[in-house]
Amino acid sequence: MAALDRPELDVKEGVDQDTVDAVAKLSGKYKYGWETEIEMEYAPKGVNPDIVRLISEKNEEPEWMTEWRLAAFERWETMTEPKWAMVNYPEIDFQDQYYYARPKSMVEKPKSLDDVDPKLLETYKKLGIPLKEQMILAGVEGAEDYKEGERKVAVDAVFDSVSVGTTFKKELEKAGVIFCSISEAIKNHPELVKKYLGSVVPVSDNYYATLNSAVFSDGSFVYIPPNTRCPMELSTYFRINAENTGQFERTLIIADKGSYVSYLEGCTAPQRDTAQLHAAVVEIIVEEDAEVKYSTVQNWFPGDENGKGGIYNFVTKRADCRGDRSKVMWTQVETGSAVTWKYPSCILRGNDSQGEFYSIAIANNYQQADTGTKMIHLGKNTKSRIVSKGISAGKAQNTYRGLVSMHPKAKNSRNYTQCDSLLIGSQCGAHTVPYIEVKNNSSRVEHEATTSKVDDDQLFYCRQRGMDEEEAVALVVNGFCKEVLQALPMEFAMEAQQLVAISLEGSVG
Amino acid sequence: MALPKIKADATDARLAALTLPDGAGWATEARQSALSRVAAMGLPIKRDEYWRYTDPTSLTSIEAPDAAVFESDEAPVFNDLDRLKIVFVDGVFDAEASDDLSLDGVEIERLSDAMGRDIHWAKDLYGVLETRGQTPVQRPLAALNTAFATDGIVIRVTKEVSKPINLTYLHKDVSSDAILHHVVKVEEGASVTLLENGPAAARFNKVLEVEVADKASFHHVRAQGRDHERRAVTGIFTRLGTESAFKSFTLTVNGVLTRNETVIELTGDDAIAHVAGACVGDGRDFLHDDTVFITHDAERCESRQVFKKVLHNGATGVFQGKILVKEGAQKTDGYQISQGLLLDDDSNFLAKPELEIYADDVACSHGSTCGALDDTALYYLRSRGVPKGEATDMLTLAFLAEALQEIENEEIADELGQRLEQWLGRRR
Repeated sequence: MAALDRPELDVKEGVDQDTVDAVAKLSGKYKYGWETEIEMEYAPKGVNPDIVRLISEKNEEPEWMTEWRLAAFERWETMTEPKWAMVNYPEIDFQDQYYYARPKSMVEKPKSLDDVDPKLLETYKKLGIPLKEQMILAGVEGAEDYKEGERKVAVDAVFDSVSVGTTFKKELEKAGVIFCSISEAIKNHPELVKKYLGSVVPVSDNYYATLNSAVFSDGSFVYIPPNTRCPMELSTYFRINAENTGQFERTLIIADKGSYVSYLEGCTAPQRDTAQLHAAVVEIIVEEDAEVKYSTVQNWFPGDENGKGGIYNFVTKRADCRGDRSKVMWTQVETGSAVTWKYPSCILRGNDSQGEFYSIAIANNYQQADTGTKMIHLGKNTKSRIVSKGISAGKAQNTYRGLVSMHPKAKNSRNYTQCDSLLIGSQCGAHTVPYIEVKNNSSRVEHEATTSKVDDDQLFYCRQRGMDEEEAVALVVNGFCKEVLQALPMEFAMEAQQLVAISLEGSVG
Repeated sequence: MALPKIKADATDARLAALTLPDGAGWATEARQSALSRVAAMGLPIKRDEYWRYTDPTSLTSIEAPDAAVFESDEAPVFNDLDRLKIVFVDGVFDAEASDDLSLDGVEIERLSDAMGRDIHWAKDLYGVLETRGQTPVQRPLAALNTAFATDGIVIRVTKEVSKPINLTYLHKDVSSDAILHHVVKVEEGASVTLLENGPAAARFNKVLEVEVADKASFHHVRAQGRDHERRAVTGIFTRLGTESAFKSFTLTVNGVLTRNETVIELTGDDAIAHVAGACVGDGRDFLHDDTVFITHDAERCESRQVFKKVLHNGATGVFQGKILVKEGAQKTDGYQISQGLLLDDDSNFLAKPELEIYADDVACSHGSTCGALDDTALYYLRSRGVPKGEATDMLTLAFLAEALQEIENEEIADELGQRLEQWLGRRR
């Protein structure tokens, strides 16, 4: 923070003070750094087949799941940590942390939300999960009788290794939507889990995904039946609380033919001196004519201003647009984590399928973010769009890394990529590492990373109405930002508002 | 870290088949150190990040794959220019075919002659710039070159030179395997134009080290040429002083495999570096790879990369360009554009345009596009009675024009433009 607090900070021309302040505020004192004092139950430190079995046992999993995990673990032992990302962190001792931690009060799974430990509910209240949901989480009578027209968000709350509870279950069931923790899904919907788990991110996909496959403790499961528009937004809130504990959650979203769902994800963790590991896997299956919107505000503890502590966020997220005309949209705001390694990707397998990726990554102090996307065009007439804005301040390093691949059969496909970076202060870094692979000539790929490249038509329109150039640019840029941010859930409204204040003028590509 | 076995084995086999040239004199140390560097880093394999798009196997194999000599009745490129000609046949200096090496403002010597002297200016540069260019990205084939180069030329420029120096590489032996290493030093305020042309050999590994002192300038134009089956890996390593200028343009037509690496270090304030390339690739076996790394380590420097590739019949074009702006290199102006034009559905364009920036007051941008010819433009020309082939060529030339414009000398630019037109036409 030090660099940003000083008003005399020498920022380059074109970066106004509001922007600097907005970034400072946003990445300033970490609001969620407190800790819930609650009795916890831990698995022994370290990871080995026994721990894997133990986790499986705690989740009361069937044999096939245990075997699946053990196979993943065996595979993991043969792998090495990837080193290609532009991030530096001390060697992680994978044996020096806990792989399973749950509040003691959750040992006996609460039969209803009434039985949930009030301390846990308090935690979520403090994190700002909307009150109505609080009531439902707490099982207040009548809370489910929502007034018509009110905005509803169903929440699955994950605390360290376990899911605390899921709201609006009944109403979702009415629509045929399954929304529960993945541990419940393994028990209650094994046919779906068996069919889809690991089908987008294979067990051996990468080091962290493989580790996750072996030790994931909980996460969310979503199934939207054919031709169903999910009646409300679904959301998962991840909270790491226990010290020295890795969180490995697994999310599986299946959007069957012609369905639609908007899914939100939020995450926070207490402020601690030692770094903590978070390695999640998100798999999304999008069938014919289905659409999934996935939004994240990633706000894990980023470490203090001297780079001490923070979450190592090594996440594998991938959507498989299997059906024709399927669509997926990733929106992410990355403000937290000491180290981020995350590339939400789209496999555009179905003809006419679409993938979109909007990202704002803010890194301050000693944060390091290496993030971006992969757009793999396999089907005909597939479209993808990538908009990435990286902001670095303090001594942070921010890297956009992306792949756009047009396979020989992906005729008439289209990609547009834009990635801009902004540096505030002279000790940070901004990097761009795009890979562009075009293997047919009817597709068009455009990648640009330029400053203030706003749409000429929009500019012209504004100017025609009497705005001067600067005003017009400001309006267009702001409008564009909103486009990304409006896709975000209400829970993130505060952050979103502050983000809108950030102008990216004077960016570098 | 120990090398992967596959890499270690390939490297051992290749090194065992080579012997360090005798009579290296002052260069002995540089050669030996280069040899140990190659052994330590290993020769490239396809799994290496910087070779992900280009398979280096045929560049590292013990024997060079044969390459038929291209028969053509056309005059060599740059033939009509007033120039000082230096000829290499299959990588061996040909004194008879070459002009007298004396020219006002330049000292030109054959590498072996220079190495024979007790003291020589080239000692401070031979393998030195190449070594600097090995971090952060390893370039083992360049180190291999420093160790085993069998011939080359050293040029020291002290004034503004009146005419270009032209290195012409002839290919006559179907199985020649040439390793050439040139060193150029452009002293303060001096300037020179270096031209290169010809296919050189069945397999050609060339390194050019160029030191451009303050206020000096170095212009480089090459036409890599036309033998269909030749393979080449070339490396330019240059360091630029204050207010100096470096401009390099490469035209590549034909060849099975071409990998051109350019490593530029801007170490003096207000220096300028432009690298450009145009390539026309034809056929499934054709692969052309431009790998550029520009480091800005001084203030107010300008760098520009313009690369255009026209690909058809299954050809592959690769571009890996990077701009690294070090901390403190404020007011940097960096620009990079790479474009692929795919004339049919089988061809590939693979690009990795990178930026790595550690200074906040800079303007860096890059763009990369890939697509087919504009149907509307093609239709327009055809509706005016231009046959399809000709219309395609016109649009192709227009596409390549931006890269050709990077050539400062108009006479040379015109010649290359005309050649290109002929070559495109002849193919039709």
